Amino acid sequence: MSLRAKQSARKIRILVAKPGLDGHDRGAKIIARAYRDAGFEVVYSGLHQTPEQIVNTALQEDVDLIGLSCLSGAHMYLFPRIVELLKANKADDIAVVGGGIIPEDDALKLKTAGIKEVFLPGTSLSEIVNWTRANVKPHHYAERD
Amino acid sequence: MKLAKEVLQGNVKAAARLIRCVEDELPSAIEELKILYPHTGKAYIIGITGSPGSGKSTLVDVLIDAFRRSGKTVGVIAVDPSSPFSGGAILGDRIRMQRHATDDGVFIRSLASRGCYGGLSRATANVIHIMDAMGKDIILVETVGAGQAEVDIIDFAHTSIVTLVPGTGDWVQTLKAGILEIADIFVVNKADKDGANALKVELQTMLHMNAYSSEAWKPKIFLTEAINNKGIDELVEGIYQHREFLVATGKYDAYLREKGRLELIEVLRSSLMDHVLRIANRDDYLDKLVDDLVSRRTDPYSAAGNIISRLMQERKS
Repeated sequence: MSLRAKQSARKIRILVAKPGLDGHDRGAKIIARAYRDAGFEVVYSGLHQTPEQIVNTALQEDVDLIGLSCLSGAHMYLFPRIVELLKANKADDIAVVGGGIIPEDDALKLKTAGIKEVFLPGTSLSEIVNWTRANVKPHHYAERD
Repeated sequence: MKLAKEVLQGNVKAAARLIRCVEDELPSAIEELKILYPHTGKAYIIGITGSPGSGKSTLVDVLIDAFRRSGKTVGVIAVDPSSPFSGGAILGDRIRMQRHATDDGVFIRSLASRGCYGGLSRATANVIHIMDAMGKDIILVETVGAGQAEVDIIDFAHTSIVTLVPGTGDWVQTLKAGILEIADIFVVNKADKDGANALKVELQTMLHMNAYSSEAWKPKIFLTEAINNKGIDELVEGIYQHREFLVATGKYDAYLREKGRLELIEVLRSSLMDHVLRIANRDDYLDKLVDDLVSRRTDPYSAAGNIISRLMQERKS
């Protein structure tokens, strides 16, 4: 026997997305699963998404956070482009984080380009979940109720 | 009220935000919905249900494509299950539909079922209203992977489609009550697999056993390979035929009336429950009753009676 979770609670919504042409999504799936088990509602984009597809998906799904996974080396273009498109859509209240094979120097540059956090290889799932709990709030409450 | 105004202008961001407020049951959402309601009732609503992996999302993807080609705007509501333990969910239906993500005429929204066991989520009725008020012509509602008894979709869809795949059971399944009774249209998907025709025959045999009156709709069966876009034009034609049938026989209007009644009763039920629980929780009364239940000093029926008496006293004073 097991106690069920309270279902009507206010949920954090997250888009886990795979921008660009790399086809490696084991990491993205593991993150999505960890977020699910942390009680978040997780939309997974699937592979090979353009920045435009990712941003439109985030808007339609009203997510609080976009988690980008990139192992192709194109993160320096793809990640900032998504931040840019969010701004253009007046949706910069959606936070963007990224992970994958990303050199530390690049991680610093990405942060100045508006990526809130970059999770490098070796980061534990609990670190990512804890960071998310501490830094992401359901953004529809700030302005309402 | 700001959101409702933007929703009426078709604004995706406002609609998505309002859907969020509805899902989380924020009181402010009710005021917005009041404004939207007079602008609803125009969209045609198609339900797609069937077992996990039967191709519902892929079917929705090709249906979006077909309706877009004929110039219709499309809303999609895709429901996936919430974890009963963590409350979290993976919403993965739209993976199959991402080619439409940059089409302004398509609005796809994933919902988690949040403890609802009929194949949908509690917010579904209002999310349909919101997409309807945005001006979407067609709204496709995809249920969670449904087994035998998840039939809530019939309360929302004008046309209910049940998807099946070959090789998932023998004739006894077609005798059972539940999901196979609700279809206006059957789709035998993955029709390139062995057993597709046998399944079609089983379904035909099942339908022959039903005593349809002369004015009743007889469910149609279509073989499709959604992933190869095969059989889809015929399916869309079948959906239009069903709609024409509903309109011509007056069932469409009767349906709208019944739907209005159901919705009113549902809203009444939940507002009454909210009210009753507020009063029951005052001074931890409900908790005290639970203590009495656990120690067997009372029973659930007497405890509920006590709460109702409390409510009546509240009315008098």
